Amino acid sequence: MSEGPAQVRWRRRVRSLGVLVAIAVVWEASKAAFAIPSYKLPHLYEIFGDFLRRGSGGELWAWIMAENAAYTALEGLVGFVVGGIAGLALAIVFAHSRLLERGLLPYVIASQTVPILAIAPMVVVWLGTSWVSKAVIAAYLTFFPVTINVLRGLRAVDPDALALMRALAATPRQVFLRLRVPTALPYLFTALRVSATISVVGAIIGELPVGSRYGMGVVIINAAQYYNWRPANLWAAILVSALIGIAFYHAVAAVERRTITWQPITPAI
Amino acid sequence: MRSLSKTFTSQAGVTEALADVTLSIAAGELVSIIGPSGCGKSTLLRIIGDLAEPSAGEVSVRGKPPRQARLDREYGIVFQTPVLYDWRTVIENVRLPMELAGRPRAECLTRPATLLRLVGLDGFHDHYPWQLSGGMQQRVAIARALALAPSILLMDEPFGALDEMTRERLNAELLEVRRETAATVLFVTHSIAEAVFLSTRVVVMTPRPGRITRIVDVDLPEPRGEGTRALPRFFELVTAVRDALQKAGA
Repeated sequence: MSEGPAQVRWRRRVRSLGVLVAIAVVWEASKAAFAIPSYKLPHLYEIFGDFLRRGSGGELWAWIMAENAAYTALEGLVGFVVGGIAGLALAIVFAHSRLLERGLLPYVIASQTVPILAIAPMVVVWLGTSWVSKAVIAAYLTFFPVTINVLRGLRAVDPDALALMRALAATPRQVFLRLRVPTALPYLFTALRVSATISVVGAIIGELPVGSRYGMGVVIINAAQYYNWRPANLWAAILVSALIGIAFYHAVAAVERRTITWQPITPAI
Repeated sequence: MRSLSKTFTSQAGVTEALADVTLSIAAGELVSIIGPSGCGKSTLLRIIGDLAEPSAGEVSVRGKPPRQARLDREYGIVFQTPVLYDWRTVIENVRLPMELAGRPRAECLTRPATLLRLVGLDGFHDHYPWQLSGGMQQRVAIARALALAPSILLMDEPFGALDEMTRERLNAELLEVRRETAATVLFVTHSIAEAVFLSTRVVVMTPRPGRITRIVDVDLPEPRGEGTRALPRFFELVTAVRDALQKAGA
């Protein structure tokens, strides 16, 4: 029996809903079975209930979360775009010059081995506590996967495909645009999927140092301080932060599905 | 058509892939190069197509060095694998050489369709390569090689990866394609039957270092077709090539 696309979509929805229900059941069941106190693992209704609580200023926590999430998302987005472009540019430069690659790539790698938690406060000191420093930290994490993957993609060209281009007397520009770039595209999107989620993490880490006033990082720090009084608040903040990353990931995946239409090679989600 | 001659002498590399190969091919011929694996027959083809450098000796294609012939887009090339671009549809793959050469738009629209009809892929213009079978992909590769109406078609074991049935069908189709185009064909293969069926001459090479041990003139009646494989002369020529290969130490 064949299924239409609408049916397939419905089946997927039902299946993902089933997974969510299963997680909820395991969550609450283990809480009950092992008598886990709420400060270790709150009830799910406590976490969702936190969004309906009113903050000290009288606003609903759902609204406070949404505002801060939007702030973090914008920082992450700017960092993602800037880091993506920088990463792409570096990859193209390295692909064209072995000399620059040998000279600079070790430092690019070194830059990623330094703990971002150590660098973030310095960046905030240099650039201030505004959104700019957070976007820079997000970009700092974003560019690396793009550089490494695209560089590999630009080189992943089939030798016979290159020979074909040579036999057809293609110019270097034609080889680059018509062979190397399309070959590298799936690699670029793989990198962007990774970068999409870590750019949000970068923005949140940038919000942790003292002095920041908005963003999920600030919410998380505050919630952690008051964890013993209302643990659900931190869990809610974690949930919201995760949702931003998931939204970023799906946005990239949607663009990829519209861009790479020639092969069924993209991941299911 | 200007008459075409190639003379070629080479001592290539440390491994000596080819040794002292001299060969001249007239315009319009289909010459097969046959020999055991590693006899340098692909290398020979690549040197002629300016995809590899000879360590000694020289090649002349229509009075030009291979580099000039390549830059003048005299070559069409077909590899053992189709080497289609995954991100291009069938017709876009066939159009690629014309785009690279900056051919006029009108021609870019009409000629690929004509070529796809020639190789029997009329209904597959907008398919992507992964949707086609191996034999169909190789047909696209042949259509692409013909896109610029090359004077020389270089084919490096083009049907080597296909099953016997598909191979025989594509052999027959290649003969048809040849009737439509005036290209000289250089055809590397390790199938004796294929070489005899297609060629005007079969060049037999020895294992490493590759040398030409014998050139068999194929005097089968034209036009060739399904009946050709059943002719006694076909068997004689196949035997002649096989003997030459065996004497060559294959």
